[in-house]
Amino acid sequence: MTSILTNLFDGVAYGMLLFVLACGLAVTLGLMNFVNLAHGAFAMTGGYVCAVLVNQSGWPFFAALPLAFVASALIGVVLERALYRHLYSRSHLDQVLFSVGLVFMSVAAVDYIMGSSRIFIKLPEVLQGQFDVFGVGIGRYRLMIIVICGLLTAALQLVLAKTRFGSRLRAAVDDPRVASGLGINVPQVFAFTFAFGCGLAGLGGALSAEILGLDPYFPLKFMIYFLIVVTVGGSSSITGPFLASLLLGIGDVAGKYYVPKMGPFVIYTIMIVILLWRPNGLFGRTATR
Amino acid sequence: MTAQTEVGHHAGQHGRWHWSEIAFWIVVGICAFAFPSRYLIMTEIVRLALFALSLDLILGYAGIVSLGHAAFFGVGAYAAGLLSVHGLIDEPVLALVAAGLAAMVVGFVTSFLVIRGVDLTRLMVTLGIALLLEALAERFSNISGGTDGLQGIEMQPLLGLFAFDMFGKTGFYYSLAVLFLLFLLARRIVHSPFGLSLRAIKNNPLRAAAIGIPVNRRLIAIYTVAAFFAGIAGALFTQTTQLASLDAFSFERSADLMLVLVIGGTGYLYGGLIGAVVFRMLQELFQTITPQYWLFWIGLVLVIIVLVGRQRIHGYALWLPNLILKQIAGRKAVVALTDNEAP
Repeated sequence: MTSILTNLFDGVAYGMLLFVLACGLAVTLGLMNFVNLAHGAFAMTGGYVCAVLVNQSGWPFFAALPLAFVASALIGVVLERALYRHLYSRSHLDQVLFSVGLVFMSVAAVDYIMGSSRIFIKLPEVLQGQFDVFGVGIGRYRLMIIVICGLLTAALQLVLAKTRFGSRLRAAVDDPRVASGLGINVPQVFAFTFAFGCGLAGLGGALSAEILGLDPYFPLKFMIYFLIVVTVGGSSSITGPFLASLLLGIGDVAGKYYVPKMGPFVIYTIMIVILLWRPNGLFGRTATR
Repeated sequence: MTAQTEVGHHAGQHGRWHWSEIAFWIVVGICAFAFPSRYLIMTEIVRLALFALSLDLILGYAGIVSLGHAAFFGVGAYAAGLLSVHGLIDEPVLALVAAGLAAMVVGFVTSFLVIRGVDLTRLMVTLGIALLLEALAERFSNISGGTDGLQGIEMQPLLGLFAFDMFGKTGFYYSLAVLFLLFLLARRIVHSPFGLSLRAIKNNPLRAAAIGIPVNRRLIAIYTVAAFFAGIAGALFTQTTQLASLDAFSFERSADLMLVLVIGGTGYLYGGLIGAVVFRMLQELFQTITPQYWLFWIGLVLVIIVLVGRQRIHGYALWLPNLILKQIAGRKAVVALTDNEAP
């Protein structure tokens, strides 16, 4: 019984992490309809920035996390302005080729700069180990992830639903032409959103070094997970990808624990079945645009 | 002349062998004799060309963007390997065909998943299928050899006559012959009414359906055929290298394949062949510059190709040949690609 709860807890932490990693992609892929396979590269950037700051410059972990966000967001905005925006209207094939190219470049570049082995980020003592609540083992680090990601999710939902920027973004996504006719600076909104999504990915990358493992092949290894979150979750709201990441996280942890031999097999099968059953995702809107 | 016969006449004109095509195959033949010390790398190119040809059938003619074409390559590779290891079919040519058929069956079954949904779902489903097969191969390591790869593949002499030698001479001519035969088949397919209907589907599926083309059935058919081609390419890989490993299914293989096809250009069959040569040379070049990090340069090539625009790059590449042809034959723009990408 307690092992089930512990697994559930780990799964939730894993899912939350996936959500923070992938929610930027939910916007670019789901809302802006841009196939960005390079999303993991931004996450990796954040992870490595955090690792270098903590391990080599001796920064405290919690101070390095915001910088991971900022670094990824900055790279994101530069790339968006310089490269990505030219490709919004191109065919999916072009977008796939372009982003795969970016992934390859990032993998090789990080391999060149940081070496190919897996790196670890030194954690402060507060976050190490676990404690028991009614016999359920709770990892401190995972608890922190749940807290941070939960807060972020709530904040995102609030920003999207309640603020002026949120309504602009929703308008720009629904119909860019009408939105720009109403005086909304659509490219700016997109650029900002893209950068913010990249920043979140960077933050997620920094947090995930401990759980997912961080090495130069991170963008390729976890690309499918991000894509699953977005395609299964659908793109009509932030709750879809959120629920999808929780499902994926819990499913993956439980799958690895109870049927370790089947490996990732279960996840892929579920994904294909869901996509066949509902091509727009579990929580997506029914009509394609 | 009625409209129908006119269309038939036009299609027939397109289907006829152009002198430049004959010249292309003559050059290939010359290369085969001119570089006797390079059999291994040329075999690799031939294999890649066949694989790219198979992707061209679905991408260039039917407009299906696949991120997991390596799935069929892997199925073919493992099928050929297993047939040889367990001594089920010793004759390489028969094993090759059997492996191709195995991939074809997988292609047929999965095609029903692929034709559902739009571009994005297709990307995900194709990618998912390749990953699924890779996970399966890893899981059933007692059959597939797991991460160590399939070992103990020994090839019997080809047709009982030609033994595979260590310089790869037999392997090369064998691969080249297979490529040529399958190329003829592909050429026949795309110039047939069936092939024309595929182009109609690629340009506008709705309109194609409106003029009475059974869109889904055609897509299933071409996807299955392409899977057969990819399976043969995979089987050739196993037979010429005597190795089948998990990376046959890998995403990198599918991504590289797209690059190959994009370098050569889609939708005229020779794209994959030319692309394979250029890709392999680029790879060779990058590996001599930076042995470990050639992936970076491959990525850069992809990014540049997309940013500059695929058609414009082909325009640059064809500028010099066209200039020469113009001087000699006095015709305007002799070689041009008809790569009409659906928006």
